Amino acid sequence: MSARTRTTAITVTAIAVILLFAANLVFGAVRIPIRDVLGILAGSFDGRPSWSEIVLHSRLPQAVTALLAGASLACAGLMLQTLFHNPLAGPSILGISDGANLGVAIVMIYFASTSYISSILAAFVGAAAILVVIIWFSRKLRNNVMLLIVGIMVGYLASSLISILNFRASADKVHQFVMWGMGDFSAVSVEKLPVYAAVVLAGLVLALLLTKPLNTLLLGESYASNLGVNVRRARLLILLCTGILTAATTAFCGPVSFIGLAVPHIARLLLGSSNHKALLPLTILSGAGIALLCNLITVLPGQGGVLPLSAVTPLVGAPVIIYVIVNRRNIQYFN
Amino acid sequence: MGNAAILETCALGIGYRLGKKGEVVVHPGLDLQLREGELTCLLGLNGAGKSTLIRTLCGLIPPLSGEITLCGKALAEYSQSEFSRTVGVVLTDPTSAGGITVRELVALGRYPHTGFFGRLGAHDYEVVDKALESVGIAHKAASFVADLSDGERQKAFVAKALAQECPLVILDEPTAFLDVTSRVGMMALLRRIAHEEGRSILLSTHDLDAALDFADNLWLQDKSSPMLCGSPSELLEDGSLERFFSRDGLRFDAQQRRIIAI
Repeated sequence: MSARTRTTAITVTAIAVILLFAANLVFGAVRIPIRDVLGILAGSFDGRPSWSEIVLHSRLPQAVTALLAGASLACAGLMLQTLFHNPLAGPSILGISDGANLGVAIVMIYFASTSYISSILAAFVGAAAILVVIIWFSRKLRNNVMLLIVGIMVGYLASSLISILNFRASADKVHQFVMWGMGDFSAVSVEKLPVYAAVVLAGLVLALLLTKPLNTLLLGESYASNLGVNVRRARLLILLCTGILTAATTAFCGPVSFIGLAVPHIARLLLGSSNHKALLPLTILSGAGIALLCNLITVLPGQGGVLPLSAVTPLVGAPVIIYVIVNRRNIQYFN
Repeated sequence: MGNAAILETCALGIGYRLGKKGEVVVHPGLDLQLREGELTCLLGLNGAGKSTLIRTLCGLIPPLSGEITLCGKALAEYSQSEFSRTVGVVLTDPTSAGGITVRELVALGRYPHTGFFGRLGAHDYEVVDKALESVGIAHKAASFVADLSDGERQKAFVAKALAQECPLVILDEPTAFLDVTSRVGMMALLRRIAHEEGRSILLSTHDLDAALDFADNLWLQDKSSPMLCGSPSELLEDGSLERFFSRDGLRFDAQQRRIIAI
């Protein structure tokens, strides 16, 4: 990888993220002229108060949430793909999102709780519980493919418990849970945003500190160990980091599919390299960009309403995965 | 030969531990020695435990019993990072290295020598360049590992091990997937590196011809019987090679230096 490709890829992506962020402030279900959006942001707007409210308390936190959620899921996805030597690994594959889902299902359906805080706590507890199970298995199983399969099975168990809960629940509770399951960047209010941002930033910093062991893991665990990496500790830290990023994002935004799976591929294709020194920052940036793009697509119907996020992310992510699988013989990082 | 010993084992038992259920002993007691500046080839039939021995000496699985002494110090006293600067390995494990360049791969060999972020200094770049030159792959330094032939890929991994600046390099079947010219080229390369750079090199192989031509020492491993060690000519003369390979309707012909059907 030449330094020029690296600089170009990161610069172009950073500009795209800035433009998409701006677009998320300008476009929405309510039409507000760009001049007025700028005025509101600059504090010089004295028109309709509802417009200020929309831009500052709905669009701005939503755009920041999308940015953070995309960055954290993509980062988690890349680390899992490297750790498991599996291009189809993602944050949902280890059952971490399912754990969060189960936690929310239990409080919403079983305890009939409607409190927002309790859902978030439940998601955290659920994700953490699955993470503990996965870490326990990771100590037992030295083979990463087996661990991946265990993760998938644990995910199935969680989903099946959710189905059983749904079966016993009343229709309106199921509806409430299904709505949460759509995933949504708008659920994080201005007050909750600092908490979410702090957790995500801590996770991202930890990920960037793991660059060196991640690169050696490209060679497999035996080579990494021979290069002086404490593989067991590195594996634990990587799982912990992906767990924090996934749990926080699922807790605050609901399950968001495909970003964690597809974005690392987009970043690798853009960069043409698997070297985490550039790939990890670019994946974080691209994740932010793709999530902002998805959020923008949800408001395309304009006054007609907002599309569910879970309908949009596969539209962007699935074609990327299909492209990557079809062209895998021509893509360097598969060979 | 009078070269200094890099590695010595005393009654080394190799095999696998099965949790609390006991252990599978692949070989109960091996007394072995590797000296600096020499190329040693480990030969043996499938199931003789070559890989187990290689992985034990690479520090990837713990020995069941006995002792390994490395550069005059017991293996157990090595920290992981110290070990990674003493023994460099080339394995047959599948990797996901296709998406990094040959130079980046070789630079990973500097991992034990660099700091927390793996930033390379001027000296590290020199060592990487020298390793690339030494295996004759400097012209491919900017290529992706995915775009290399099998022979070039193997050379790149050898360069990675050289960049670790270890006195001992251990290779698990480095010629297994190579065509005949790459195979001979790889063996000649490893012999040259051992002799010129004064390193001790141990490799396992099924390629008897190349081992006889290039090795300074042969280790003939068989289940349970003691390891037969010696130079190719010694083992030819005392009939060890003939005894070792003459089985199941096959015979080692000392004149033709190859295995023939009876």
